[in-house]
Amino acid sequence: MVLSDTEQRLIGLIQDGLPISRRPWAEIGQQMNLDEQQVLEQVRSLQERGLIKRFGLVVRHHELGYTANAMVVWDVPDDQVQRVGKALGRHDCVTLCYQRPRRLPRWPYNLFCMIHGKDRERVLDIIEELVEAEGLQEIPHEVLFSGERFKQRGAKYL
Amino acid sequence: MTAIAARNYPAMTRALEPELSTLEKRLLNEYQKGFPLTPTPYADMARELGASEALVLEILTKLREHGYISRIGPVFKPKKVGVSTLAAMSVPADQLHQVAGIVSSYEEVNHNYEREHDFNLWFVVTARDERQLHEVLAEIETRTGHAIMDLPLEEQFHIDLGFPLWC
Repeated sequence: MVLSDTEQRLIGLIQDGLPISRRPWAEIGQQMNLDEQQVLEQVRSLQERGLIKRFGLVVRHHELGYTANAMVVWDVPDDQVQRVGKALGRHDCVTLCYQRPRRLPRWPYNLFCMIHGKDRERVLDIIEELVEAEGLQEIPHEVLFSGERFKQRGAKYL
Repeated sequence: MTAIAARNYPAMTRALEPELSTLEKRLLNEYQKGFPLTPTPYADMARELGASEALVLEILTKLREHGYISRIGPVFKPKKVGVSTLAAMSVPADQLHQVAGIVSSYEEVNHNYEREHDFNLWFVVTARDERQLHEVLAEIETRTGHAIMDLPLEEQFHIDLGFPLWC
């Protein structure tokens, strides 16, 4: 995807967050020599072209009391990964669901999803519900709970 | 609703979602997507919530200061802006902190977590392009002396609408 210089500049200015103030876009515009309508048009264009998938509050689960976080990894037969991925990705409590390559022999898993809960029991219950709901009893999986968080912030692309 | 005062939050690591006020919960639940792309977004949100703009600004500022939200902003679709990968390492327990420190020191690393597995260190690397991404991975391997398992995204299945506070 080709980004114009203006778009790159804009992404650089908003990737750490929009100012929390009365006229946030005017503040961004001042730094780019654009008025707020021009800035908003740029943002809408990024959204319409699918570069921005959502815009809004980015919550930190741990701070909100969702202290248990598990990455659940599944070894799904290749011809079923689309179906299983879409099924898991539809559930409210699944925050991410990605297909990634296997790295055999040590890493047989090709589907990754993230589940947050208030404690481990809740997370394990959610996983059990997913297995039941989607009929995944035969699909091997592992649950990797998170331990220490060494770093957590938004991605910087530019 | 306008009478709700912005509360003083306790220490940020405490589990406190049950204590959040209705207005705070609505802000957290309803604006993870669909933030108004208008000249005065906070005034527009306040109108939708039946609160004052000043109160919305105050609550959002506190939510950010205390780390309940990391930002109000865009979430980019992976593989559309820049490149990224999920990387994992298997590090002896007594070296974990030192290795994690090296990994976290890179601007290109945004999430870096310990996980309970033989692969016990997991981090996300984002960069401008593939070349920069692989330079970072190679440099981390050299500096830490541990191999990286590189797991780039192949397909995304979930529809990211944010995280509901009822899970």
